Amino acid sequence: MTQRYTRTAVSLHWLIALLIAGGFGLGWFMTDLPLSPAKLKYYSWHKWIGVTVFLLALLRLTWRLTHRPPPLPSGMPAWQQQASEWGHRGLYLLIFILPLSGWLYSSASGYPVVYLGLVQLPDLVGRDKVLAGVLHEVHELLATGLLVLVGVHVLAAFKHHFLDRDGLLGRMWFGT
Amino acid sequence: MKIVPKSLLALSLLSFGALAPAALGIDSAKSKATATFKQMNVPVDGEFTKIAGTVSFDPAKPEAASASIEIETAGFDLGMEDYNAEVRKKEWFDSKAYPKATFQSTAFKALGGDRYQASGRLSIKGKTTDISLPVTVKREAAATVFEGSLPVSRKTYGIGDASWDEVVEDLVTVKFHIVQPR
Repeated sequence: MTQRYTRTAVSLHWLIALLIAGGFGLGWFMTDLPLSPAKLKYYSWHKWIGVTVFLLALLRLTWRLTHRPPPLPSGMPAWQQQASEWGHRGLYLLIFILPLSGWLYSSASGYPVVYLGLVQLPDLVGRDKVLAGVLHEVHELLATGLLVLVGVHVLAAFKHHFLDRDGLLGRMWFGT
Repeated sequence: MKIVPKSLLALSLLSFGALAPAALGIDSAKSKATATFKQMNVPVDGEFTKIAGTVSFDPAKPEAASASIEIETAGFDLGMEDYNAEVRKKEWFDSKAYPKATFQSTAFKALGGDRYQASGRLSIKGKTTDISLPVTVKREAAATVFEGSLPVSRKTYGIGDASWDEVVEDLVTVKFHIVQPR
């Protein structure tokens, strides 16, 4: 039985983790900046990161559905197994709908997403100030949700690594 | 610059000997002008919400047509209040010192069908240049509609300082849809 994640799964996990950390930090930092050329750049970069996460998430979900992950450590209480299951479902959901809400927000505010400055994404909705305001809130709320879930995810991984010492964290790294 | 009173305009046209139709005010609510610019290749539309002016046009005598249009730069709406405030600043439109951008036609030429070539003077931020642009004229039941677009270089008129050049393209496409009730 496979005891660790595949190289592809591991690569996707950490790549997406890195991009989310960068995208989140940038998003947090840029929002309250006064308007400047730099701010416009940060917004573009933030959107590019979001599109990249969305594309990688598609790849990742496909991989996940076609490759069975290693089983949870034996002896984990049922509630923890349940929490793990739903926590991961939540994370998967958010890496899709968080970028999507950003794309919607961009469309509604009339500032379309042009991926890497090269490919313009179609607008999902027309320009609408009220809707843009709502979508901004939704995007922030989902980002906060992701922050909380990632926090729990990291704490749980630490618990397995340092308290349970069950080698769970190592499975999400490249095997030798 | 104030709108030339209709009577004065008619008088001046008469003095040229042309029997031009009277210049009629445009419908400010239905008339629209937008400017599309690109920032980091992202096309963004801004709308000039305050537009006024007069047009005289007779399809039988297109060469006698004339147009005088003015736009309040402070009415430029980019969809976000901080952006709107930014473009009213000195570096951009400097709306306090130059509240209006104007177009005054000097010549009108029929190109066939509903297409015409308009020439005139475009003044933005205190700078005036001669421009020429194609205009489509549609005669509707209750109104005459003038449509067209023209590329405008920001730098020609000193709109936006150098610090923005890296992210905002120089060429801006201005589109207009002017409705004159009949």
